[in-house]
Amino acid sequence: MSQSLLTVAPSPHIHTELTIPQVMRGVIIAMVPALLVSVYNFGLGAVYVTGLSILFCAGAEWIICKYLLKREPSIADGSAVITGMLLAFNVPSNLPWHIILIGSLVSVGIGKMSFGGLGNNPFNPALVGRVFLLLSFPVEMTSWPQAVATWSLDGTTGATPLGILKDGLRAGETVPALMPQMPSYTDFFFGFQGGSLGEMSAFALLIGLGYMLYRKIITWHIPVTMIATVFVMTGIFWFIDPTRFASPLFHVLTGGVMLGAIFMATDYVTSPVSHKGMIVFAIGCGVLTVLIRLFGAYPEGVSFAILIMNAFVPLINTYLKPVRYGRKK
Amino acid sequence: MKNRAFHKELKTFRLGGVHPQDNKLSASAPLAQLPLPKQVTIPIIQHIGAPAKVVVQRGDTVRVGQVIAQHEGFISSNIHASCSGRIGIIEEVMDSSGFKHLAVNIRVKGDDWLETIDRTDTLVEGISLSRDEIVARVMEAGVVGMGGAGFPSHAKIKVPEGKTIDTLIINGVECEPYLTADHRLMLEKPREIIVGVRILMRALGVSRAIIGIEDNKHDAIELFDEWLREDKQIEVQPLEVQYPQGGEKQLIQAVLDREVPSGGLPADVGVIVHNVGTTFAIYEAVQKNKPLVERVVTVTGKDVKQPSNFWVRIGTPVIELITAAGGLPESTGKVVSGGPMMGKAIADLEVPVAKGTSGILMIAQAETKRAEEYNCVHCGKCIEACPMGLEPYRLLLLSKAGQSEKSKRENVLDCIECGSCSFVCPSNRPILDYIRLSKTKVKKLK
Ligand code: SF4
Ligand code: SF4
Repeated sequence: MSQSLLTVAPSPHIHTELTIPQVMRGVIIAMVPALLVSVYNFGLGAVYVTGLSILFCAGAEWIICKYLLKREPSIADGSAVITGMLLAFNVPSNLPWHIILIGSLVSVGIGKMSFGGLGNNPFNPALVGRVFLLLSFPVEMTSWPQAVATWSLDGTTGATPLGILKDGLRAGETVPALMPQMPSYTDFFFGFQGGSLGEMSAFALLIGLGYMLYRKIITWHIPVTMIATVFVMTGIFWFIDPTRFASPLFHVLTGGVMLGAIFMATDYVTSPVSHKGMIVFAIGCGVLTVLIRLFGAYPEGVSFAILIMNAFVPLINTYLKPVRYGRKK
Repeated sequence: MKNRAFHKELKTFRLGGVHPQDNKLSASAPLAQLPLPKQVTIPIIQHIGAPAKVVVQRGDTVRVGQVIAQHEGFISSNIHASCSGRIGIIEEVMDSSGFKHLAVNIRVKGDDWLETIDRTDTLVEGISLSRDEIVARVMEAGVVGMGGAGFPSHAKIKVPEGKTIDTLIINGVECEPYLTADHRLMLEKPREIIVGVRILMRALGVSRAIIGIEDNKHDAIELFDEWLREDKQIEVQPLEVQYPQGGEKQLIQAVLDREVPSGGLPADVGVIVHNVGTTFAIYEAVQKNKPLVERVVTVTGKDVKQPSNFWVRIGTPVIELITAAGGLPESTGKVVSGGPMMGKAIADLEVPVAKGTSGILMIAQAETKRAEEYNCVHCGKCIEACPMGLEPYRLLLLSKAGQSEKSKRENVLDCIECGSCSFVCPSNRPILDYIRLSKTKVKKLK
């Protein structure tokens, strides 16, 4: 080759392999174990809801880019697929298609593209969609199919462990009296419980976490801190009064704590940038989750907690600076 | 007896750091003499400080080691003829910095050295010179920092007024991927380097020296450990492999857990750092009366036929090195002088090797293409990577917005331009490009 064609560009001259499409692919792979558990538990419903949600989210992004923003569609970066999967993970596996469509449009249209697309949205798009649906379709969003592989689209529905707990306590029962109505902790761990599509199995979600840590996609700071916060805080209440408060293990294994801590709160865009900031953010997510669960109107609080903490991220980023080199006073 | 170095716990710096593939393709290629070129072009500024003043004229005959440009002031450096022959044209030429500088051309004839220079391989251990004599000899020999920065070495072996130095650190880290010049030198000239360390210790009046070597050069660690078994003052410190450990500030943090204050010098925390290549050059200057006229250069790249480490005369055109390593690979898209993280891409293969040229790296076209750039996703990876504890993503935004005052407050001047942030950014944002821009503007603020 002729030397006049040599590229002259400033250093560095090499770059990591872990670029945005790689990161997104990694996150998608990390979600697969949880999806498999869901398919095992709910059969076709899980496939149907997840598939539609991905399709609608990616489609919404494509159409908005092409016809509204008139720019090159950005779905190749994979983030719309993740939003679709996460939205599906946060809804019941028997949700009708039109509700999924509305959720997808809100997630992508309002939650993400209205702020300028990937990187600019203050709130986690899937959670925006999820909370919108919860407020608009409270019945459909809380009728949970039970964890039996039926391979048909209409199974029986019932309450989640957290729902049973909240309703029972409201009716004046005690925790020890309610526990026998629920699956065992081992069932919780492996995912034999009612709940949103992707939150069933702590085990599957932890495999995903392990993979993302191994690939260095995320660091331990947010997931570990958030789960530990929920554990410690519910542990304190449980220690004070085990008849009114469920055990910390129950709290981390049920509902969306694992899903939230591993896949929702770790969203790059809507979480703090420094390690210190991540820890503060994750503690906030954990504390708010517990407060809502124990004292709020809803049985579950992970989505609200993360959305509220999302709002504090700019503040956290401004005030929690990383440790500087050579500026010790 | 001392603890063996390879039993010591590996140390590393605390903030940031990245792990690019190290690709040390030339690690097992012994040092080889590059054939003398037909001509050399020797820039008269290859160091930080004042350019040297040319003292020869076109048509003069020079011998190897003869001064061709005299230092001007203390922070400056002598330049010597690296080959014998006749002085050709003296004009401005493009060097590897990408800028034009005055350079002296020599038409090479024979290999006729000044007879005051000891060219034998005999090890000279006894150090007879006093502190001041050492400084004078190093200055005379035109030794400058060979890790790249090019600060005149004699100025770094004089203890600055009002400071006390307790430790000398020898930088054998070579954390840049691909480069193996220091590694080979350590393997082939360990005893000379050790004498060099003793010379530096005498000049600085310190009784403690630590040679920091990354663990991917295990053979070098063991070798030095072996030679230093009875030595109570010099020790080897193995280090975890992590970029940019070879940065002075990072190395000091890794080895001694001290932090150079912002805007300060290593001497402020009682430390002086010299690179192993420089230490070897100081040995030659003091014990062999040999000025800095040649250095080791790694010539490498994934498609290079024979990745090599050459002894190269200063001023040799880069193309000669490439030819000797098997020629420019068909795939080449970029030629870098230095390592892939901090080196400079060169446009012209005629540029001369300078005192600070540690390697010539050929990168394939496919690898030089900048991948698609995305919005900042606030992943925080640049912050995690920054060894200075800065917020590179924010510095980029401030630079784009032209906010120099704010950039200054965000300590943009602390940036050591290691490139870790740009390397690690999944969105391929040209962070360091913007930081450089900002630094230039902020410096003008004052
Ligand atoms: S180039 Fe500067 S800002 Fe970027 S990582 Fe290195 S020191 Fe930090
Ligand atoms: S690494 Fe890149 S994408 Fe991530 S925060 Fe830094 S600039 Fe933004």
